[in-house]
Amino acid sequence: MAELHQTAAHAEHDHKPQGWRRWVFATNHKDIGTMYLIAAGTMFLIGGLAAMAIRAQLFKSGMKLFDPAMFNSLTTMHGLIMIFGAIMPAWVGLANWMIPLQIGAPDMALPRLNNLSFWILPFAFTLMVASFFVPGGAVAGGWTMYPPLMQQFGAAFPMLIFAIHLMGISSILGAINVIVTIMNLRAPGMTLLRMPLFVWTWLITAYLLIAVMPVLAGAVTMQLTDHFFGTSFFNAAGGGDPVLFLHVFWFFGHPEVYILILPAFGIISEIIPTFSRKPLFGYEAMVYATASIAFLSFIVWGHHMFTVGMPVAAQLFFMLSTMLIAVPTGVKVFNWVATMWRGSLSFEPPMLFAVAFLFLFSIGGFSGLMLALVPSDYQYHGTYFVVAHFHYVLVPGAVFAIFGGVYYWLPKWSGRMYDMRLAKWHFWLSVIFVNVLFFPQHFLGLAGMPRRIPDYAPQFTDWNMVSSIGGFIFGASQVLFPYIIIKCIRSGKPIEANSPWDGAHGLEWELPCPAPYHSWQTPPSEAMLAHGTGH
Amino acid sequence: MKRARLGRLLGTSVLGLAGRLPLASAASGWDELNMPRGVTSASKSIYALHMMALWVCVGIAVVVFGVMIWSLIFHRKSRGAVPDVTLTHSTKVEVVWTAVPVLILIGMAIPAARLLLKINNNTDPQVNIRVTGFQWGWRYQYVGTPVSIISKLSASSNDASQMHSGIRPTAVPHYLLSVDHQVVVPVGEKVRLLITSIDVIHSWWVPDLGVKRDAIPGYINEASFTIAPNRPGIYRGQCTELCGRGHAYMPIVVRAVTPAAYQAWLKQHSGPPSEAAARLPAAAVTST
Ligand code: HEM
Ligand SMILES: [Cu+2]
Ligand SMILES: [Cu+2]
Repeated sequence: MAELHQTAAHAEHDHKPQGWRRWVFATNHKDIGTMYLIAAGTMFLIGGLAAMAIRAQLFKSGMKLFDPAMFNSLTTMHGLIMIFGAIMPAWVGLANWMIPLQIGAPDMALPRLNNLSFWILPFAFTLMVASFFVPGGAVAGGWTMYPPLMQQFGAAFPMLIFAIHLMGISSILGAINVIVTIMNLRAPGMTLLRMPLFVWTWLITAYLLIAVMPVLAGAVTMQLTDHFFGTSFFNAAGGGDPVLFLHVFWFFGHPEVYILILPAFGIISEIIPTFSRKPLFGYEAMVYATASIAFLSFIVWGHHMFTVGMPVAAQLFFMLSTMLIAVPTGVKVFNWVATMWRGSLSFEPPMLFAVAFLFLFSIGGFSGLMLALVPSDYQYHGTYFVVAHFHYVLVPGAVFAIFGGVYYWLPKWSGRMYDMRLAKWHFWLSVIFVNVLFFPQHFLGLAGMPRRIPDYAPQFTDWNMVSSIGGFIFGASQVLFPYIIIKCIRSGKPIEANSPWDGAHGLEWELPCPAPYHSWQTPPSEAMLAHGTGH
Repeated sequence: MKRARLGRLLGTSVLGLAGRLPLASAASGWDELNMPRGVTSASKSIYALHMMALWVCVGIAVVVFGVMIWSLIFHRKSRGAVPDVTLTHSTKVEVVWTAVPVLILIGMAIPAARLLLKINNNTDPQVNIRVTGFQWGWRYQYVGTPVSIISKLSASSNDASQMHSGIRPTAVPHYLLSVDHQVVVPVGEKVRLLITSIDVIHSWWVPDLGVKRDAIPGYINEASFTIAPNRPGIYRGQCTELCGRGHAYMPIVVRAVTPAAYQAWLKQHSGPPSEAAARLPAAAVTST
C-alpha cells in the first residue's frame, strides 16, 4: 500500500506537457496508446462506411448505386483499411496501454521510437484514403493485390504501395518496441511463465510482424518496379511469374491473419478467468498452443492457392498442415471452456463479448476446417463462403475481442465506470446482427455466388437482402461504442477501488483507477506479483 | 409477394438446416442454401465430402457448445455457484482433447486426400478444349478441330446491367448467367480443359461440374470432367477471380449434349479454320 501512495504522489509531481505538445511529442505509453486507439477507431469508421456502401450495392440483384470499378475500389479499400488501419493499430494501442501495466514496467522501452511508429500512421492512412480521390480512383484489385490486375491502376497504385511501406515500417517499429519491453522491462519476479497471456500473445505476434512485414514490403515493391522500372518479376510476357506474387503474398498473408487474432486470444484469456472467478485453465498449454499456431502459420500459405494449379503433392501438404492448426486452436477453445467450467460466472459487458467470441470464432474455425479440405475448397474458393469464414474470425473474433478489451480496461484507463446498460445494448445488437449479416453468406457461397462482384443473378437476392439488413443494423449499432466511451470519460461514476471487477487478477489491477500517468516507477512487490499472477 | 418471399426464406432455411433440400440444380438453376450435387462423379464426391465435414463440425459444435451452455446456465454467480479454483489443469483431459481432434482430423484427411488424387487425374481425355480467359469473356478452342468460339455475356444481360438500363433483372432470362455462345461438350466423355489467360488472372468455375481452375497468363492449367451420360443439360458458372470491372460479367455456360449431337455440332461449326484456331498448333497445347 505504501508503494501505491508513492506512485500516486509521484504522478502528481510529474509535469506532463500541456496542449498539442503532449500529443505530438508524446513519449508516454498511455498517451501513445490512446492515440493509436483513436486512429484505429477513425479507420474503423471509414472502413465501416465503405462496408455499408458495399452492402447497399448488394441489397438486390440489378442494383446500380456504384459503377463496377468504384465498387471494386470500395471492397479493396474496405479490406485494406480494416486490416491495416483498424485492427492492427487497435492491437498496438492496447499493447501500449497494457503491456507496461501488466509486466510492472514504467513505460515502453523505446518511447521515442514509439512516438515515431505512431506518427507514421496518420501519413500512411491519409495516403491510403486520399487515393480514392485521384484520377482513376482507388486501387480496385482486392486487398490481395494480385498482379497483373494490380498493374492496371493509375496514380492510386504507387500511393497505396507507399502507404503499405509506411504502415509496415510502423508495425515493425512497434513490434521491436514490444519485444524489447517484454524482454527487458519485466518487474523482478515476473518470469516469462508468469506473464499474463495478453503479454504472451503479443510477444509472439511481434515476432510474426517482424518476420512477415518485410515480405509484404518486398512483394509490393517488386510490383512497383514492374510498373515503373521495367522489371518483370510478375510479368509472364517478360519471363516473370504472376504466381510467384501469390506465394510471396500469402507467405505474408497467413501469418498476418494470426497477427490479427493472437492478441485477441490474449484478451479472451484475460477476461474469461476474471468473470469466471477462477484461474485460467492450462496456462502453459495456452502459451505452447499460441507458439505452435505461430509456427504452423508459416507453412500453410498454399491453402489460399488450391485452385492455382500447384502440384497435387503440394496441395496435399498444405491441406494437412492447415488441418494441423486446428489442433492447437482447439486446445485454446477447450481451455477457455474448461476455465468457465465450475466457475462462478457473471456477465458484465467484457464477458458477454468474450462468450460471443468463443461461440462465433469457433464457427469461423469450423468453416476454416472445411476450407482446408482441398476438393471441397475447389467449390468454396473465391465465393461468399470464404467471405463468411474470414468475417466470422475477424468480426466476432478480432473485433469483439477489441470491444471486450476496451470494456474490460476502460475503467482502469479513465478511472470511471461506463454505462453498463448501454454497453449491454451494444453487445446484444452487435451479436445478433453480426450473425444476420454473415451467416447467410455461407449459403450464398455454397449456392454459387462469387465474392467481389457488384451485381449478381436474381436467385441470390433473398439472402443478400437479409445480409444487408443485418449489416446496416450492425453498422448503426456501432455508434453506441464511441458514445459509451465518451460518456464514461466525461461523466462516468468514479471508481474507488483498484479494480471494478471482483475476480480480476493481474498487476494492472494493483494500481489505482485511473492508472497514474507514470505507473510502476517503483517495481511491484512480490506480494503484489503473487496476488496479480494468481500463483 | 413479400409474404411469399418470407415464407420461402423460412422454408428454405428450415430445410437447409435439416440438410435435406431437394436438389433440382441441374435443371432449374442453383439451390439456395447448399452446394449443388452436380452432374459429374467429382462434383458428387465433393458434395459428399462437404456434407461429411459439415456434419463432423456440427457434431463437435454440439459437444463443445453444449458444455459451454451448461456452464453458462449452471455455473453462474447469480445461482450461487462457487468457483472451483483448484481446477487449473489436468494432464489427462489435456491429452484427450489433443488426441481426439487428431483422430477426427485423420478421419477427415484420408477421404479428402483420396478424392484429391482422383479428381486431379487428367490422363486419357477424349475431348480437349483450350480455354482462354480475357477481360471480359472466354475463348474456347476445340483442340484438333478448327472450331473456336468466343463466349461473352449475353446481350440481354449486358443491356440490363448497364448503369441506367431500367430493365429489371428478373425480366431477363438467366440474368448475368447467360452468354452469347455456349461451350458445347459431349456427355459421357472425358473432357480436358487447358486453361490460360491473355491478360489478368481469371478463374473458370462451373459448380455442377465440380471444376474450378485459375486462368493465369503464362500458365496452362489442366482440369477434367466427365458428365454423367444421363445428364445432358445446361450448366452455368462464373469467373471466380477478381479480374477488373467486368469480373461479374463473364459467366460460363456449358451445354452438355449426346456424343452424336456433339459431333454434329462440331461439323456444323467447322467452317474454314478461323485465324485464332490456326495460330494454335495442337501439339503445343497437348504437350503440357
Ligand atoms: C482454424 C483455423 C483456420 C483455418 C483452418 C483457416 C483456413 C482458411 C482457408 C483454407 C482459407 C482459404 C479459403 C479460400 O480462399 O479458398 C482461409 C481464408 C481466410 N482466412 Fe482462414 N482459417 C483459420 C483461421 C483464420 C483466422 C484466425 C483468421 C483471421 C483472424 C482468418 C482469416 C482469413 C482470411 C482473411 C481469409 C481470406 C483471404 C482471402 O482470400 O482474401 N482465418 N482460411
Ligand atoms: Cu490462411
Ligand atoms: Cu473475373
